[in-house]
Order: sequence, then C-alpha cells, then structure tokens
Amino acid sequence: METPIQTDFLRWIIFLPLLGAIVNGLVGAKIQKSLGKGAISLLACAPVIVAFGLSVQALLTLQGLDPEKRFLIDRLYTWIDLGSLKVEMAFLVDPLSAVMILVVTGVGGLIHIYATGYMHDDKAFWRFFAYLNLFTAAMLTLVLGDSLLLLFVGWEGVGLCSYALIGFWYQDHNNARAGNKAFIVNRVGDFGFVLGMFLLFWSLDAQGHGTLTVREMVKWAPTIQNQMLWGIPVITLATLFLFVGATGKSAQIPLYVWLPDAMAGPTPVSALIHAATMVTAGVYMTARMNVFFSLAPATLNLIAWIGVATAMVAATIALTQVDIKKVLAYSTVSQLGYMFIGVGVGGYAAAIFHLMTHAFFKACLFLGAGSVIHAMHHEQDMRKMGGLKANMPLTFVTFFISVLAIAGFPPFAGFFSKDEILWLAYTNPHVSKFVWLLALVGAGLTAFYMFRQLFMVFFGECRADHHTQEHLHESPSVMTYPLIVLAIGALFAGFIGLPGVLGGSQFAHWLEPVIHAHAEEHGSHALEWGLMGFSVLVATFGFIIAYLMYYRGALSPERLCNLAGGFFYRLFDRKYYLDEIYQVIFVNGTLLLARIGSLFDQYVIDGIVDGSASLTRFTSWLNGLFDNYIIDGIVNAIANLTFWTGNKFRGVQTGNINGYLYGILIALVLAIIVKLRYWS
Amino acid sequence: MAPGFSPNELSSYLVIGAILFSLGVFTVLTRRNAISVLMGVELILNSANINYVAFSHFGSGNADGQIYAIFVIMLAAAEAAVGLAIVLAIFQLFHTIEVEAAETLKE
Repeated sequence: METPIQTDFLRWIIFLPLLGAIVNGLVGAKIQKSLGKGAISLLACAPVIVAFGLSVQALLTLQGLDPEKRFLIDRLYTWIDLGSLKVEMAFLVDPLSAVMILVVTGVGGLIHIYATGYMHDDKAFWRFFAYLNLFTAAMLTLVLGDSLLLLFVGWEGVGLCSYALIGFWYQDHNNARAGNKAFIVNRVGDFGFVLGMFLLFWSLDAQGHGTLTVREMVKWAPTIQNQMLWGIPVITLATLFLFVGATGKSAQIPLYVWLPDAMAGPTPVSALIHAATMVTAGVYMTARMNVFFSLAPATLNLIAWIGVATAMVAATIALTQVDIKKVLAYSTVSQLGYMFIGVGVGGYAAAIFHLMTHAFFKACLFLGAGSVIHAMHHEQDMRKMGGLKANMPLTFVTFFISVLAIAGFPPFAGFFSKDEILWLAYTNPHVSKFVWLLALVGAGLTAFYMFRQLFMVFFGECRADHHTQEHLHESPSVMTYPLIVLAIGALFAGFIGLPGVLGGSQFAHWLEPVIHAHAEEHGSHALEWGLMGFSVLVATFGFIIAYLMYYRGALSPERLCNLAGGFFYRLFDRKYYLDEIYQVIFVNGTLLLARIGSLFDQYVIDGIVDGSASLTRFTSWLNGLFDNYIIDGIVNAIANLTFWTGNKFRGVQTGNINGYLYGILIALVLAIIVKLRYWS
Repeated sequence: MAPGFSPNELSSYLVIGAILFSLGVFTVLTRRNAISVLMGVELILNSANINYVAFSHFGSGNADGQIYAIFVIMLAAAEAAVGLAIVLAIFQLFHTIEVEAAETLKE
C-alpha cells in the first residue's frame, strides 16, 4: 500500500462550513437584523459551494493518479498519543470518500440554496443555517476522517445537528419530542458502534498492531482473523456491533422508529439529513470497513436479511400513509434497506452506487414535496391535494422524473443501482434466493406507492379548499433551480454504473482501490437480461395498479384495505405497532427502574442516614448523662468535702471565752509534759 | 500534824500555791459571771505571790522574792482596774456581764 500524498487544501472542505456555522451562530441574529436574510444566505451557501469546488478539485487530482496511488491525505496534528493508541487529526480522500464529499457538498449545496427560499418567512433564519452548516461540517468530518475515532466524532456531530434541526420549531412540543426520539434512538446505536470500535482496537492491539487509523486497520486485519472471544470470532462480534451503530444511524430494523417522526423538521432538513446524507453514514461506514465485514460472513448474512426485512416492512407501511412526507420517510427507510442488502451480498460498490442515485432522486422528491407544502400553505395531507400539475408544472416534471427513478424504470438512475443490487442478491451462492424475491416484491410496492403519491398530489381534481386553491403557484426560482439540477442527476447519474452486459460498472471500477471485495458474479448474460426484464415488469405492474386505483378510479383502494377484515391495513397503518411496543418495554421500563431507584433512595438510603443521626443523638445523650452525674458528681463531692471540713473546723470558734481559756490551759499542760519528757 | 506537811517545810507552801492556782484556773474556766472570772485571775496571781515569798524565805534568804511579790500585787491591782473597765464596756454592748453573751466572733 502506497503512502498517500500530503495536501493542504482538504481541511478547508470541512473548515469552511464550520466557519460559516460559527459566524452564523454567534452573530447571525445581528447580521440578519442589520443586513437582512440575503446576507445570511450568502454566508451560509458560499462555504458549501466553495467546498463543492474543492471536492471537484480533489476528484480531478485523484483521477490524475494511478489507480493504486489514489489517496490524498491532509494531516493536521497528532490528536491522541497514548500508549499503543495514536490517532491523528487527518483527512483522507480516496475514491470512496471522494464520491461521498461530492454528494454531501453537491446535494447539500443545492439544498442550502433551496432552503434560502423555503425558510424565507422564518424569523430564526440565521439559526437554521448555522445548524445546517454545522451539520455539513460534521458530515464531511465523518466522511473524510482517516480514523474510526474521527469518523465517530462526525457520527456524533451529525446526530446532534439532526436533533437540533428536527426540533427546530421547538415551540411545538411534538417537534421537540421527535428530536429527542431521534437522538436517543441514535444513541443506542452509537453504543454498539463504540463497542465495535473498542473490540477491533483491543484485538488488533493483542497482536501488537493497535490502531484506529482505517488504512492501518485494514492492513493488519488478517492478523486477527482467528481471534476468538467467548467462542465467537472477534471480527464477527465487532462487525455486529458496528452494524448496530449503522442500524441506528441508517434507520434499519430495529432502530428505524425515529425517522418517520423526524419529518417534524423543516422539509429541507428532511431532504438533506434524512434522505441524502446522514442516514447514509451507516452504509458508508460498512463500505469503509468492507475488509472486516468480508471476514465475517455471518454478519453479512444478518445484514442482508435485516436489509430486506426493513425494505419490506417500510414499503408496506408506506402503502397506507396519507402524509406526503411520511410516504417519503418510509420510502427512505426502505431504500436504505436495499443498500444494506447490497452490503450483505458483498456488493459494497453497488450499495454506494444506490446511495448516490438515491441522494439525487430522494432529495428531489423531498424538495418537490416541500414546494407543494409551501404552495398549499403548510398542508401535508395528500387527501387534500390533487391536480397540482397545472399550477406547479416545473415541480411536477422534476417530481415525475424522480418517481420514475425510484420505481426503477430504465434509463433512469434508480433502475441501474437497484438492479445491480438485485442481480448480486440473486447470484450470490451464499445468500438465499428468498432475499432476492422479497426485494423484488418490495420494488413492486415501491413503484406502487410512489405512483400513488404522484397521482394523488398532481393529478385529478383538486380537493383543497377554495382559499388555498386561489393561492396555488409555482415556487420561486431559488427553489426550482435546485430541483432541476437534481432531476438531471436522477436522469443521468445511472450511466456510470452500467450492468455487466452493457459494459460493466465504471463506478465499481473506480472504487476498487478501497473496496477489496469482489462481489461474486456467477451468472450468464442471458440470466442478467432476464432478471432486468423481470424487475422492469414488476415495477410496471406496480405502476398499473396505482394507475387503475388513483387515476382511473377503476379499482377501489377501500376494498383492498378491507381485505382480510382490514387486518393488514391496520397493521401497516399502525406501523406494526412498533412504537407502542417500544414505549411499553423501554420507556415505561426505564421509568419503572427510575421509580424503584427513587424508592430505594427514599427508604433505604435516607433510612440509613437518618438512623445514624439518631444514633449520634443517643450517644451524645448518654455522654451528657455521664457528664452530668459522674464528672460533675466528683467535682461537687470534692467541693462538698472541703466545705464539710471547713464547717467542722469552724466549730472551734465558739465565741465562748471560757472555752478558749480552757484550750490554752490544756495546751500549756501538754507543752510542759512534752518538755519534761522529751527535752532535757 | 500531816506527814511531810509542816510549816517549816518549803513543799507545804508550794502545795498551797498549787491548790490556789488550780482553784483560780477552775474559777476562770467555769464561772459565768465576768467579775467572778476576774476574781479567779486574782487567785492565780496571788498563788504566784505565795510561791515567790516561800522561795524568798526558804531559798535564797534575801528579800528579793518579797519585793517581787509587792510588784505583783501592784500589777494585779492595775490589771483588775483595767479588767473591770473592759467588763463595763462589755456591759454597755451586751447589756449583761455573762461571759457566754460575748460570742459574736462565733462562726
């Protein structure tokens, strides 16, 4: 492995948005008041756009190098140097992170521009952009960090910004609660990630190569292949924990519950964070650590199954949703599931490819939905929409293109990326064909619910009230231009990842220096064509059902819902009751523990403390008795003795003269006797 | 005639002196009346006088003892006068001449 080339400009990709966030955060309110929202827009969008330029520069630099040498590094300083752990503050650009920074700054930049229009009427304009820039900086840190620890810093940072942005309109308690939910559920995943990180470092250190720098870890990965912990290979355990982190961040089962609630945030936030960037962090992380995951086939199998299960569950829930953003939210969860199916069958490049195409069309869909919500005066219920293609033609066209992309119709981007994953799922000998089958069904459902959305919003009679209808109009150009750019991406981005029969994926080839796994391809060309045709067929089937139900009105959605006594409809509509289950088990469980703790504190701890206080009082009472009766007794007794003796001596003084004389006489007689007897 | 007690023996006069002395002491110690105490003191003094005279006659032979006896008589008279003056003062204070009355120094 070659040593990367040191450059100095990579740090600015992160520092520029960070600077924007700091300036906007500290003095944004004043700038907004004196120079207006235009200044804030400039202050916020410029760093991201310049960062995009720098990312392009990085990409071009990489392209100019030999494939084996495609690494640029920017070392700032040594952050931690403790025993065997040495972590540098360094940013690494290789083919994988180059793709990511282009997506983050490119799509992010477009969303920044869109948001200057969308958030125009909001008083806290400056705060929004401060958070948005901070998020961008954190996401770029995540992607550019050359060590797992730096990745984790970015990981946490995007979690924090997600919380801040979801609960941006915090005056409404529900929004704050949604932000809390996102952060707390993420935290559970983060715990898993940290454990995985610890485990990897610990096992590498046991072999004498303790490090958290990803390139080093990858180099020494084979040395811990056979290490076991509690009878399980360490790598399997560690990758499982890392995947737990990914399920939190990338909304897979069982930690996806925060993403639909996150729709409480402003629509540009949903587009940026919950479609294009933050939720993809989990996929990126597994791609970055692909060497380790490939050494743990058990984990990969689990990932594939959880991916397909999430894809199915989310797709079924999306069928019943009537909120325009909720449909897109569950669609995101579902598509993330596809990305993990790709990872699980060894197609890391295919997963990243789908990540990229998904960023384009999902962001376009969300921003388009934002335009619709904006025009409908913040109405989000699709049942009150309809016929909007007449009023908002540009939004309609971009939305339509993105729907075609997500449904998987060729030659749109989503077709190539989704199909690559399905092909790899089918041809992988270690994975059950059932995964492919369920994924295919999910694709059909995707086509159905997306076209359902398209028809309900843009076609037919407008079901909105008269007042809203009068005010329906296309969004300003600051909002439509990003839509156009994203739609172009959704159209053409697929061509860099052509399937094998059409020349092979240039994208996968590009990622080869980083992705060391070669997804096994066992299949003939005929099979490939056959599967492609089959998935197009399934997508078309979904389209036809949606067309018949929502455009023609030939089939009745109500009758479908009431099938099986409405059981399935209720199950999907109530999101498989998962939120309720979590509430009972985890939330109430934690509250119960807290209650027990409080009672323990009240009765046991306080009892002991009060008891020892009483004991002290009792002891001092005893002391007092001792002091009063014994000590004082002695002192008083001595005094009394003196008194008594004095009293007795006092008796001599009778005042009686006869007595005194008598005494004198006796003393005289005694003196004479003494003189006569003892003195000569 | 008492055996050993003849008027020609010194010891008989000394015995009389001793008897007078003890009577005098007894009187001083036991009488309630202050003047009686003074009388006792006189007795004591006179017993001393007898001793003087006896020793002057049977001892040295010269008249020194007898001269001393005259001095003692003179002193006794002076002392009696002073003593009576004190008794008068006590009477003015206590309105009685009983010796037991003057016991204000009693504790």
